[in-house]
Amino acid sequence: MADIVIDCLGEFCPMPVVKLNKAAEAAAPGTLIEILSDDEGSKVDIPVWARMRGQEFVSQEERDGGWAFLIRVT
Amino acid sequence: MTAFDAFADPSRLYGAARRARIELDAARDSIARFIGGRAEEIVFTSGGTESCNLAISGGALAAAAARRPKRILASAIEHTAVLEAARRLDGFEVVELPVDSTGVVDLSALRAECVAGAGLVSIQLANQEIGTLQPVAEAARIAREAGALFHTDACMAVGHVPVDVRALGVDLLSASAHKAYGPKGAGALWVRRGVRVRPMIVGDDRERGRRAGMENLPAIAGWAAALGARAAELDVESQRLSLLAGRLRAALPAVVDDLVVHGDPSSCLPGLVAFSVLYVEGEALLLGLDEKGIAVHSGSSCTSSTQEPSHVLAAIGALTQGSIRVSMGRDTSAEDIETFLRELPPVVARARALASGKA
Repeated sequence: MADIVIDCLGEFCPMPVVKLNKAAEAAAPGTLIEILSDDEGSKVDIPVWARMRGQEFVSQEERDGGWAFLIRVT
Repeated sequence: MTAFDAFADPSRLYGAARRARIELDAARDSIARFIGGRAEEIVFTSGGTESCNLAISGGALAAAAARRPKRILASAIEHTAVLEAARRLDGFEVVELPVDSTGVVDLSALRAECVAGAGLVSIQLANQEIGTLQPVAEAARIAREAGALFHTDACMAVGHVPVDVRALGVDLLSASAHKAYGPKGAGALWVRRGVRVRPMIVGDDRERGRRAGMENLPAIAGWAAALGARAAELDVESQRLSLLAGRLRAALPAVVDDLVVHGDPSSCLPGLVAFSVLYVEGEALLLGLDEKGIAVHSGSSCTSSTQEPSHVLAAIGALTQGSIRVSMGRDTSAEDIETFLRELPPVVARARALASGKA
């Protein structure tokens, strides 16, 4: 179960990544963040963001016509 | 060439028409020579898009008529003029070949898919978004050994890097006039002698029955002249642009944080640098730079007209947001690069502040 859930359904790039980064910067290491997005760009950009920022990309699954991404803050 | 001759129909027999024919033949010959081919192998089209459409549709249908498999193999980062043309062919299977993180096509995947069967293989010479140069000669050899036709989309390459159809060993090659200082509205499909393509535009026997409709003679003559001028400066210009691109590639991550430069500098078009920036829309950067008098293109997903991320950046697993393509040419100076490096950071900062305010 995620500690924080960010609902970005209906929002366009780059907002899901901007919100995810904001939440990750404010969270303690180990925090699990779930982010929901139906923006096609998120599928590529959220894993790339995790790689660029050194965050742990845990998983990704289809949900609610979009995707649910799970990130663990490092 | 007079305006009246350019207006005349090169397929007619009156004086001005014959002069137009001579002009068209001369242009055909010089464009063919520029890529190492013969005049009769050139089919003029309205541009690169039509040339790619004809290569894919006409090539695949001709291959199928010769009982080759109804399977088209193309790299995942081909221009949509190739991919869309392939996808809309009824009864054909389209296989997208994977590319690595710099955009280079996976030749072992090509080999495996050729063994599974292929009628037509299409792998571009240079990519339109990230500039990556493909190992076309090797890919063409693999396709040929499997009995498949091989097309290369060289629209980004002809006039920018040396192109020789014989050395490449391809069957079909697409080129575009306006991508290398020629006029808009002209392109060509080079068709190796003995290779058949089914015409897509029909109605007369112009272009040896491979493309009906009046040739755009003024644009074609302009293209031949542009390539002629280009031949003399290609080497020097390539070296100069490679230096500018190198400067840009090295400096960009230092002036803007969370910025990634795409492609492989050791195998790239000399005048193209593509990069992406976290937390911004490409369109916002493009418009901000435009205000500073800098014209660049964005391949970003973040445009109002489409929510689809760039299929090229997605295929190489690169950041699709905030994507910018810088195209440099004969009018780009070292000073322009410094101006760009100076103007970009505040434009990025402003776009990021706007996005952050909405979060």
